[in-house]
Amino acid sequence: MRRIWAVCRKELLCTFASPVFYIVAAVNLFLFGVFFYVIVGSSREAHLRYVFHNIAVTLLFTSPMITMRLFAEERKLGTFELLMTSPITLAELVIGKLLGAVLTFGVLIALTLEFPVLLVSFGRPDLGPLLTGYLGIILMGTAFMSAGMFASSLTDNQIVAVVIGFGIALLLFIISWFSPQVGGPLGDFLEGMSISSRFENFARGVLDTGDVVFCLSLTGIFAFLTVRSLDWRRW
Amino acid sequence: MIEVEGLRKIFGTTVALDEVSFRVERGEIVGLLGPNGAGKTTMMRVLTGYLPPTAGRVRVGGHDVGEEPIEVRRLIGYLPETVPVYAELTVRDYLKFAADLRELPRIDVPDRMAVAMRQTGISDIGHRVIGHLSKGYRQRVGLAQALLHSPELLILDEPTVGLDPSQVVEIRSLIKELATHRTVILSSHILSEISQICTRVIVIHRGRIVAIDTQEDLERKLKGAEHVFVQLRAPANEALEAIRALPGIRSVAPAEAAAGTAAFSIECELGRDVREDLSRLALDRHWPILDLRSVAMSLEDMFLKLTGAGADPA
Repeated sequence: MRRIWAVCRKELLCTFASPVFYIVAAVNLFLFGVFFYVIVGSSREAHLRYVFHNIAVTLLFTSPMITMRLFAEERKLGTFELLMTSPITLAELVIGKLLGAVLTFGVLIALTLEFPVLLVSFGRPDLGPLLTGYLGIILMGTAFMSAGMFASSLTDNQIVAVVIGFGIALLLFIISWFSPQVGGPLGDFLEGMSISSRFENFARGVLDTGDVVFCLSLTGIFAFLTVRSLDWRRW
Repeated sequence: MIEVEGLRKIFGTTVALDEVSFRVERGEIVGLLGPNGAGKTTMMRVLTGYLPPTAGRVRVGGHDVGEEPIEVRRLIGYLPETVPVYAELTVRDYLKFAADLRELPRIDVPDRMAVAMRQTGISDIGHRVIGHLSKGYRQRVGLAQALLHSPELLILDEPTVGLDPSQVVEIRSLIKELATHRTVILSSHILSEISQICTRVIVIHRGRIVAIDTQEDLERKLKGAEHVFVQLRAPANEALEAIRALPGIRSVAPAEAAAGTAAFSIECELGRDVREDLSRLALDRHWPILDLRSVAMSLEDMFLKLTGAGADPA
């Protein structure tokens, strides 16, 4: 437990000491602000459903930028050798890293909390969808962090990690597009694998345990794949 | 402390280590010596469990490196070839991270950090960001990380690379001091370094061990003759003749000398000290002796002899 926290703390210290996070956060927050201003300003409706959609799409690009350094940088700098010769298990390492990335992502999302505050100050929004929307963003983001971490474990090049991470996230987002063509049970499966339709539920204010379990399962699967890939790459 | 048997490591089609077997007892300082690309770093990475061996057995402190990696890692302090530091962290945060990874008892952490920082001479830069430090200081921070948990086995991959001469001297004496309580393995391609610090030398070349011995024994086996250097104020030809006539002399080679003096490198039978004869000769002939010494074979010479001169793989 202490080792997990140590890795997480180190991730946070490194992340917030480097300019990458601040640039990513500044660009994202600017874009989120534009979404909010344009969408809420033109519809005059006190909800964030469509703002959440646009944020979700932006996160396809942003998430791998948060996770790209997780393992790729350690490999490049040789610090991976320190980690792998310390008495820490791969599972502890991966959990610590994931926790660090999720907290970083959480900071980015926390900076958008001005939107609901503004809505509450100037209108009478339905609080349910606001809460489920944020829950959806966090859960989907967590799954993307895990996928991005997996991408980062495959390479020592951060650009490659971003590209692979983006590919995985986008594929998860659009995978249901294939289901009409495939049809049958496989089509249903692809439909079920789509993170965008899960997210749509959260954004609409529908809280389904299936959607929560889905996001957490994706997170778990990619964390497991990360452990496997780190283990495999030693050989 | 370390038992290696029939170790082999293959990367793709490259054989990095082949049929490597050796033992290191507790308290030894062992030098791993070899040219670049000989397999020193690979050997250390296998010992620390970072790389799994292709074949063979590696045991550290009684634990098999492959089967009980965590137990092995607990025993080891390791300074890799590339110093594993995070540029964004301060020295203190970095050492704290290393202490947490090793789960040092929380109550001991401040003390252990202070000791490691004092030993490596970085006590006054604890608040500095590692990215702003010079190469030499980073090397020390890396070393402090390896010492932090006072490990039973220290594995140091080229610990003095990138340091200036005075720092090199400091780090060497630190390693000697540390070795009084623990086992140390260090690699180097600087032969004088190994000869100054180590009790035993493992010479490795192209992935194979070409010699394991104390420096003195290696020398005895390899040289097969005593070497003496002498410089006299004497006519060169006459002196050469006279020295050749001494008993037990195998060869005499004139060496460079100032005008009016003569200098020779003399090789004679093993076990015979020709210096007595030489001084008597000089006394008889009234040739003042300017220099007279027994020449030990340097590790450089040994190394060339063991690996074959100029046999470095390109």
